[in-house]
Amino acid sequence: MVVKQKMSVLIDDSRPIFMQIAERIENDIIEGRLAEESQVPSTNQFAAFYQINPATAAKGVNQLVDQGILYKKRGIGMFVAEGSRARLLENRKEQFYEQYVVTMVREAEKLGITAEQLSEMIRRGERSQ
Amino acid sequence: MSTIVKVDRLTKSYKDIDAVKDVSFTLEENKIYGMLGRNGAGKTTIMHLLTAQIFPTGGDIQVFGEAPYENDRVLSRICFIKESQKYPTTFAVRDVLEVAAGLFPKWDREFAYSLVEDFRLPLKRKMTKLSRGMLSAVGIIVGLASRAPLTIFDEPYLGLDAVARSLFYDRLLEDYAEHPRTIVLSTHLIDEVSRMLEHVILIDGGKLLLDEEAEQLQGRAYTVVGSSSKVESFAAGKRVLARESMGGLTTVTVMGGAGSDDRKQALTLGLEMAPVTLQQLVVHLTGGKPEHKEAKAQ
Repeated sequence: MVVKQKMSVLIDDSRPIFMQIAERIENDIIEGRLAEESQVPSTNQFAAFYQINPATAAKGVNQLVDQGILYKKRGIGMFVAEGSRARLLENRKEQFYEQYVVTMVREAEKLGITAEQLSEMIRRGERSQ
Repeated sequence: MSTIVKVDRLTKSYKDIDAVKDVSFTLEENKIYGMLGRNGAGKTTIMHLLTAQIFPTGGDIQVFGEAPYENDRVLSRICFIKESQKYPTTFAVRDVLEVAAGLFPKWDREFAYSLVEDFRLPLKRKMTKLSRGMLSAVGIIVGLASRAPLTIFDEPYLGLDAVARSLFYDRLLEDYAEHPRTIVLSTHLIDEVSRMLEHVILIDGGKLLLDEEAEQLQGRAYTVVGSSSKVESFAAGKRVLARESMGGLTTVTVMGGAGSDDRKQALTLGLEMAPVTLQQLVVHLTGGKPEHKEAKAQ
């Protein structure tokens, strides 16, 4: 029960739930928890795990099927397509620029942080990892 | 998807009060619906009408393509779990389950008894000796194990703690996945169930206020926070559902989806945008403060 509560916390109300399901699967592929050609949990398993409507879970999974990240094996289930990790990484790098870099530069401007100070901060962030 | 319930301009009046007025909607096969609204909004009346326990004053109801009144073909396919179900005083928990087994053609005995264990119910105890939470658990078990093609839960969990409610949601989703059917959940705990709902029907003052896919509703409103003057210039010309100010800070809840222009405008003005949850949306739309049913349940 404790685990289940943690899992439902992983889903928030900021964006459509099906998108968050798709993103979680993407993250699992990027971080290697779901290897290429391995089987993905079923829609019903996702629904039970996150306490969401199975139709919502199916929508998230189908989005990845449409993009060719997952594919269906009839009567068996859903699998991670070959080459999907590289494709996801490519997409995510573009998103990274939009989501983090642009926002960061804007916030830095607001605070009067110069470009030089900003690069120094990034290096400091790297060292602390 | 086939339609299993069709309600057309349904009206129920008591003397000069319209408990339900001109309500039309349909329920599709194998979906989970949320029937939401404040106390006295007319939800329970609608559910009683659907299950043929009372007669409408006007309008038409078709359930599984037929009128539900004294119609066994229809009624044997409906399971209605009421907030305050009455049981014969001599009945023990086991008797309720045995009677239910005879009432519902798709009853799953094994599932029912596994739920009894999950909810830790004493099978031999008299219904009159059960706590409020245990009574609710019996209702939930009957509702789930009936596997009725139309299962309606009206405030099914008075007195149930968070752990038991979570158990209910888990079992409901698991069993629904394997045995899809139409489920109607009427509840005040909107935040808890919102993610399980596929479709929302919102009733207010006896009228239908919203009839939409849950996912569509997620983008129906948003809040914007920032310095008052900037928030006001952002809100100008938009439909504002609620407004709150503190010091120089203002929060407004805006009805409508936030388009990319709105996002840009908010960003330029330095405002923060946040989505509105289904529960918040219902509170805003039905006016006034959130209800305190939960407090009563404890």
